[in-house]
Amino acid sequence: MARNVTEVAAPESQGGAVQQTRGRTEAGMRAPVDIYEDGEGITLEADMPGVSRERLDVRVDGDTLLLEGNVQFELPKDAEAMYADVRSTVYRRSFVLSRELETSNIQATLKDGVLTVRIPKRAELRPRRVEVRTA
Amino acid sequence: MFGRLTSLQDSLLDEFWRLHQEMDEMLGDGLSSAGGIRSAPRGTFPAVNVIQTPAEVQVYLFAPGVDPKKLDVSVQRGLLTVSGERKIPVHDEATYYRQERFSGEFRRAISLGDDVDPDKVEAKYRDGILQIQVRRRESAKPRQIEIH
Repeated sequence: MARNVTEVAAPESQGGAVQQTRGRTEAGMRAPVDIYEDGEGITLEADMPGVSRERLDVRVDGDTLLLEGNVQFELPKDAEAMYADVRSTVYRRSFVLSRELETSNIQATLKDGVLTVRIPKRAELRPRRVEVRTA
Repeated sequence: MFGRLTSLQDSLLDEFWRLHQEMDEMLGDGLSSAGGIRSAPRGTFPAVNVIQTPAEVQVYLFAPGVDPKKLDVSVQRGLLTVSGERKIPVHDEATYYRQERFSGEFRRAISLGDDVDPDKVEAKYRDGILQIQVRRRESAKPRQIEIH
């Protein structure tokens, strides 16, 4: 478990968060993520197929990073479901960021349903290589 | 005190039962309740939704970050097969905390029924969803019979 990016526990419902929509509870989906760290910062990649830029919300509230996306389907009017692995239209996940991360400088990109979030470390806290001089 | 505890347990069970019913309602009955012989276990990449209308069957594959050129889509005898690969690069120098995303080759087979026309298949890829539209044969469409 990452100490610098900790997932916020959400009420489990189909393994995801629960969102209140018009008085009715809609089970959100837990987007699968990869999270890795290098000297410069932390990168988070999340699968959110069907989410367009306009329907994606990446937010930092205090020390919490919130990812939320809505899937847009083009369905014919007289459509009838035959089979469904995906039974929700909302992705939602949140993580608590630790203090050495620079939350004011987060960059997010979305391509083909994959969200990439780059969270840099504060410059003064990045590991610095100490040069060893030969005597 | 015990009376209290029991009523608390009762209310918890009630709550659980209510949630259970809500889930059932939400997910709907009869959606592929019988597993097809070629169906994949839950959580298999890519996730699939299938809908139908009298004129066509539409298949949605939730395949984010896939190069559409590397997808192979075929329809044969009412069976749609989609295969491809999503290779996620691993950064050797980085420390990984989570690796939940699927990486590798995948294949899914979806039975569309006997009345689909394998010559009328269209596929498009947008925002990580591959949408495949397969039309039914003209003769298979239900016809409105006029009563004189």
